[in-house]
Amino acid sequence: MSHSPALSAERSSAPPHRHSSTSKRKQNIAAYLFILPFFVVFIAMLIVPLVYSGYLSLFESKLIGGEVFAGLANYVRALQDSAFLASLGRMGLFFIVQVPIMLGLALFFALALDSGRARGARGARLLIFMPYAVPAVVATLMWGYLYGPDFGPIAQIARAVGLGTPEFLSPENILGSMMNIVTWEFVGYNMIILYAALRSIPGELYEAAEIDGAGQFRIAWSVKIPAIRPAILLTVIFSIIGTFQLFAEPSLLNAIAPDAITNSFTPNYYAYNLAFINQELNYAAAIAFLLGIFIAIVSYIVQLSTQQRERRERTTS
Amino acid sequence: MTSIDTRASVTIGEVTSPRRTRRGYAPERRRSLLLTVLLWLCVLYFVLPLWWLLVSATKDNSGLFSTFGLWFGGDFSLFENLQTLFTIRGGIFTRWLINTVIYSVASAAGATLLATMAGYAFAKYDFPGSKALFSATLGAIMIPLTALALPTYLLFSNAGLTDTPWAIIIPSLVSPFGVYLMRVYAADAIPTELIEAARVDGAGEFRIFWQVGLRLLGPGLVTVFLFSLVATWNNYFLPLIMLNSSELYPITVGLAQIQAAASAGGGSQALFSTVTTGSFVAVLPLIIAFLFLQRYWQSGLATGGVKG
Repeated sequence: MSHSPALSAERSSAPPHRHSSTSKRKQNIAAYLFILPFFVVFIAMLIVPLVYSGYLSLFESKLIGGEVFAGLANYVRALQDSAFLASLGRMGLFFIVQVPIMLGLALFFALALDSGRARGARGARLLIFMPYAVPAVVATLMWGYLYGPDFGPIAQIARAVGLGTPEFLSPENILGSMMNIVTWEFVGYNMIILYAALRSIPGELYEAAEIDGAGQFRIAWSVKIPAIRPAILLTVIFSIIGTFQLFAEPSLLNAIAPDAITNSFTPNYYAYNLAFINQELNYAAAIAFLLGIFIAIVSYIVQLSTQQRERRERTTS
Repeated sequence: MTSIDTRASVTIGEVTSPRRTRRGYAPERRRSLLLTVLLWLCVLYFVLPLWWLLVSATKDNSGLFSTFGLWFGGDFSLFENLQTLFTIRGGIFTRWLINTVIYSVASAAGATLLATMAGYAFAKYDFPGSKALFSATLGAIMIPLTALALPTYLLFSNAGLTDTPWAIIIPSLVSPFGVYLMRVYAADAIPTELIEAARVDGAGEFRIFWQVGLRLLGPGLVTVFLFSLVATWNNYFLPLIMLNSSELYPITVGLAQIQAAASAGGGSQALFSTVTTGSFVAVLPLIIAFLFLQRYWQSGLATGGVKG
């Protein structure tokens, strides 16, 4: 990871080089001491587990003989494991459907609030953000009750207007119901990131656009959205990471709707069940490791494609 | 317009001064009725579930099932519910609440301190290897933390640290995104000339950090602190695998356990109102923290944070 094309910060305000070399050396030592505590924990809690997980995934636990070196056998098994592949596919679908809805809403709210054309924008902004402060466990429990076919208020209203009882927790609908929970939880968080980015666009740009005769929508589309593209990319990356490691939602919905949620509904829930229910630690490590690699690759591809698009636009314009 | 010409990546950091405002831009702010109505209709979607939670916390178990979910029932049982909540199983909910506060405050304070020191060093010192180390930090944002939880569990288990508070606090101290935010924020908020001046006055590097740097980093600190606090407060996966003793649980794991007992049913149906009241109590502190500190964390995000 020596060169991350992602997130490369451009500017470092380096102190001018007019100091004597001793004071420069002193400053270097100070800088290393400042970053040392973070990197100690960083290595201990990120790098070591990552390496250890990779190591564990290369072994197999046999009834006779204990831990045996297995090479890539766990990975081969994972890539042929229909339960694992199905969970990845399910999350792929989740990503394709839910993330555009969530980020689209977040972008719409951010633009609407930034335009200053709605009344009570401050209050609306806080209220939309509020679900972020709700733990996923509570959000899932809450929506579990709201979805309830007997006493859930949605079912109560639907029956009152003669629509029958909606089956949010059936095997066919559960993925959509989960998408709704995650959307509810994270629209506000993404909105705040995008809104913060919008606020930092210098106003002169709008003036220029207005002088050119651009309307509000045109400004939003041609000035604001391109200007905050890095922040949008950041929310996409966070969403990739968040989606593929969903855990609290499936594990709690499993208690309410055991028929609809299998023990491999999401990759992360599957890894948990393998490790702690089936006691297949090595295989679970391989699954977790594969999942990590998979997420990193998808994030990387998304970044690269944005970069290429930008490069194309820059050369054509 | 190169200043916001987007870089080929999530640079986010083409840094402008935090004091920069929308100079000279004053469009006539026409309100749009349509947009207002549309926006507030959408707000309902985000608020109604929380409203349901508030209303449900005031109902007893039969009221929960027999009355309309979005309005109060005949009786007002909030205080009975709270009493039940705080007395079941020898008052263990209080214990969970205290655990949650300890875990999240300790994690957030530690993570903020580590991220601030590192971010400050990346922003204000030009030292060999800083580029590579910063890239490594940013790359780590992409590592899903739950994929690490399993090996971390095994390592902690070997070290005899599972089923202790350390198993929750130590892994939560790493915040690559916090380092990133603090770097951008510090680059912006602390003028390099000020550091130079302090050096001329003979102040050591650490004294400059504590007395000059930290004072200027207020909103950035609040932002990183709050977001780390939420991450630990809301975490479910890590404590679920790390802890066995229920007296060490945070509220997330505790609530999930009561819910499991409630839906396993039998004679314990009365627990549903306990779950809703407990959920309500679990949500309240963070919402209050965000409301009270909004001025700080919003400016922390806006000036130091994620920029176009």
